[in-house]
Amino acid sequence: MTKALKRFYLALILLFLYLPIVVLIFQSFNAGVSRAKWEGFSLRWYVELFRDPSIKKALWVTVSIAALASFFATILGTLAAIGINAMKKSSQGTMMAITSIPMTMPDIVTGISLMLLFIFTRVDRGYFTMLLAHITFNTPYVLLSVLPKLREMSRYTYEAALDLGATPGYALRYVLIPAVRPGIITGALLSFTLSLDDFTVSYFTTSPLVQNLSTLIYSEARKGIKPTMNALSALMFITLLVLLLAINYRSIKTNSNK
Amino acid sequence: MNAMNMPAWGIWLMALGLGIFIVMIILSLKKHRGVHRSLFAWPYSLWMIVFTVVPLFLIAYYAFTDKAGSFTLDNFKNFWDSNYEMKKQLIDMGFDVSAMELSDRGTVNVDTLVYSLWMAFKCTVICLAIGYPAALFMSDRNFKLGPTLIVLFIVPMWMNFLLRTIAWMTLLEDNGIINTLLESLGFGKLRLMYNSNAVLLGMVYNYLPFMVFPVYNSINKQDIKLSEAAMDLGADEMKTFTKVTFPLSIPGIVSGITMVFMPSVTTFFIPRVLGGGNTEMFGDLIERTFLTADNWNVGSALSLIMMVLILFSISLLRRVDPQGEGESLL
Amino acid sequence: MKKLSILFLAISLLCVTLIAGRAEGVVRVYNWEDYISPESLELFEKETGIKVDYMRFTTNEDMMVQVRTSPGAFDIVFPSDYCVERLISEGLLEELDYSKIPNAIHTSDWLKDPSYDPKGVHSVPYMWGTVGILYDKTRVNGPIDSWGVLFSDEYAGEVFMLDSIRDTMGLALQYLGYSVNTREPNELMEATKLLIDQKTNRIVKAYQVDETKDKMVAGEAILAVMWSGDAQYSISLNDNLAYSVPKEGSNVWVDCFIIPKSSENKENAYKFIDFMCRPEIAQMNCEYIEYSSPNDAAIELMGDEYINNPTMNPSQEVIDRCEFFHDINDFLPTYNTLWAQVKNAK
Repeated sequence: MTKALKRFYLALILLFLYLPIVVLIFQSFNAGVSRAKWEGFSLRWYVELFRDPSIKKALWVTVSIAALASFFATILGTLAAIGINAMKKSSQGTMMAITSIPMTMPDIVTGISLMLLFIFTRVDRGYFTMLLAHITFNTPYVLLSVLPKLREMSRYTYEAALDLGATPGYALRYVLIPAVRPGIITGALLSFTLSLDDFTVSYFTTSPLVQNLSTLIYSEARKGIKPTMNALSALMFITLLVLLLAINYRSIKTNSNK
Repeated sequence: MNAMNMPAWGIWLMALGLGIFIVMIILSLKKHRGVHRSLFAWPYSLWMIVFTVVPLFLIAYYAFTDKAGSFTLDNFKNFWDSNYEMKKQLIDMGFDVSAMELSDRGTVNVDTLVYSLWMAFKCTVICLAIGYPAALFMSDRNFKLGPTLIVLFIVPMWMNFLLRTIAWMTLLEDNGIINTLLESLGFGKLRLMYNSNAVLLGMVYNYLPFMVFPVYNSINKQDIKLSEAAMDLGADEMKTFTKVTFPLSIPGIVSGITMVFMPSVTTFFIPRVLGGGNTEMFGDLIERTFLTADNWNVGSALSLIMMVLILFSISLLRRVDPQGEGESLL
Repeated sequence: MKKLSILFLAISLLCVTLIAGRAEGVVRVYNWEDYISPESLELFEKETGIKVDYMRFTTNEDMMVQVRTSPGAFDIVFPSDYCVERLISEGLLEELDYSKIPNAIHTSDWLKDPSYDPKGVHSVPYMWGTVGILYDKTRVNGPIDSWGVLFSDEYAGEVFMLDSIRDTMGLALQYLGYSVNTREPNELMEATKLLIDQKTNRIVKAYQVDETKDKMVAGEAILAVMWSGDAQYSISLNDNLAYSVPKEGSNVWVDCFIIPKSSENKENAYKFIDFMCRPEIAQMNCEYIEYSSPNDAAIELMGDEYINNPTMNPSQEVIDRCEFFHDINDFLPTYNTLWAQVKNAK
């Protein structure tokens, strides 16, 4: 196959992926309310975005849950990876099996099973329960991004550190953690994104009072999304894109420096 | 009163966890080789038991009990014959069910499951067919833009999935952007939405990146020398692909299939928006059973069946990739 | 990395305190999507200093599940008539102290002793309306005065139905000449068969709830089953649309204010109801959501524009051929099963 044809194919797929996003961003500049009609260019929805209290609140909930959940999941998952890596083969198998349950469980079952847990234990669903749920589905991803990095390093590095007089805590801090840092960062970023975008699990584990952006959009979706939502996601999208490109640029630069 | 409303047991649990953890850290800092590192996995194990294993048992509990809490298999019978609950209720109320025209539509649940599996299968095949070549082209070492393009595949996933799906609605509606365009070009309107093809499109759109990443990674991490060696030994490009590159990318494919197929079976929301609510998928059915019909017992049974099915298909896939290599390709 | 994680934690703690730090006086309102004028909420907050926490639902059935599973989460809920009846029988509703709701005297006489809640012990009417057909005048070939048009091939592929069990089953029952509250399984099955045939003959374009409003304005379909207020909203945005309540009869419904027994801010809830029953506030809400008002004083304020609007103010003759829904609790599994058959018919 010729080069041009390959590029054309890739361009076509990217068009498919970006078409709705372009539409969305385009609509956020529409002066009218209706999705169907273009009534001229305006920044009206961007102004209204900063006035709408329910969107503001949902944004806080989304971002704070994503930050907190990825923070705790990273700690929990990294420690677990270190622990599991030091286990015997057979117990490693058991742990990996337990880890694979939430990862293979469909979101809807995860959400429902947690909802049942909270209702059964009479915990009011809300911010706290949503946070617990997010930590739960994030942790295995952190674990799985840290574990391969641990396996890559020699088992004896840690032992050597101990033999040279390091305490386990010292060895952990100055030998193990630095070696697996890329895995930790990947895991943290991954869980942050997963939390930001999660709808299904949040939907079942929160009350109508505490909404994140996804559940808010869902409750609005039926009557037609307000263009303020489009404005918000356009902003978020651009921010993330710039962030990502910056990170990517940096990593390319550091790679070429090596 | 606020929404955070942390329950007392939550505080105790967290305090306990924190306590254990601090003691562990202190021990490990003080004593030389005092504490085995496997202890670090404890908080995680505890967490997983409370928030994954126990909830699963709860689902099982509800699935095997009736509203009063006593053991029953009725919820599963209701899966095979979706009229089962209704018939039972009507008989209890003194109606003669045998005289009724109950219609032959007692297979709603099974039909929905079969339909969902079929849709998920189609979605996976399409994602593989579209995604594999894309991943292959991007991992071409002579293609400088490759690494940047793969990033561009991730970016759309950062836009809320509900909004992306609704954006498709704007495109596909009878008076939507595509049809308006077609009309202005002199073609007739097409019925693009309110059918299962639109749902399929929405699914492929949402899950395609999950196929592309693992395949891309699995091809990308192959040693370039392997295919160079094949070429040197006289294989042409086609042969190098079929004998070297493709077999080595199988773990990536397996991982991609798993990551597309599983969420597709339980898709919900997409049928409602793009399919006009004309067809339900298993996810919609479970959601409706819990939240609209308020029947947790039947809903749990449906969830359980779903789980078993997915575990079964995963174990089938594991046979193709016994080392589970695909999992680390995320 | 350390700095990053500290930053992370700091941001999240800030967020938590922002969310947790809410005002003392709150009233938690659980209402239908887009069903109250935001201005009236602002006025209420300004006047009383009570903060409104506003939550929304899209169908009665979803709302009931939430009210049951999250006790204490709501101070005011807006259920429809038959759900009021259901919630009363489950013992979840507070008996109202009318001395705290002086403005309730404005309630129209015909709603002072409703069948779903005799003497209005537990509920105060908020809005009422009918179910009917919204249609595009320019694209229909004759009068739209019967549910029959929804079941004929004439408009195949151009019909939006409501994705709401009671409403859709109800209209099928009425078309067949039965009561919307029938307790006769055979009649229900007949109605189900009618709806399944309608779907398998490709007459239905989609089952939706709130999205229909905007889609009808954009001309996505010719006919749509709709609640009167949503219809009025669409008509005011598109002159080609009209609304009719079929001759076979329809459903008339009332959405009410209720206070759950588990409410933790009952005093504030009373203040909220009383505020919303004030004539000028009731007028504001009625003009915003365009349903029919049960508030005589508000109707007087709105004058001819309201009185002469047949969609918002149907004639007595129309109301007389409509029926209230009643609680059919023991038939719910039957309804749900039959509805699943409709939704999954291919």
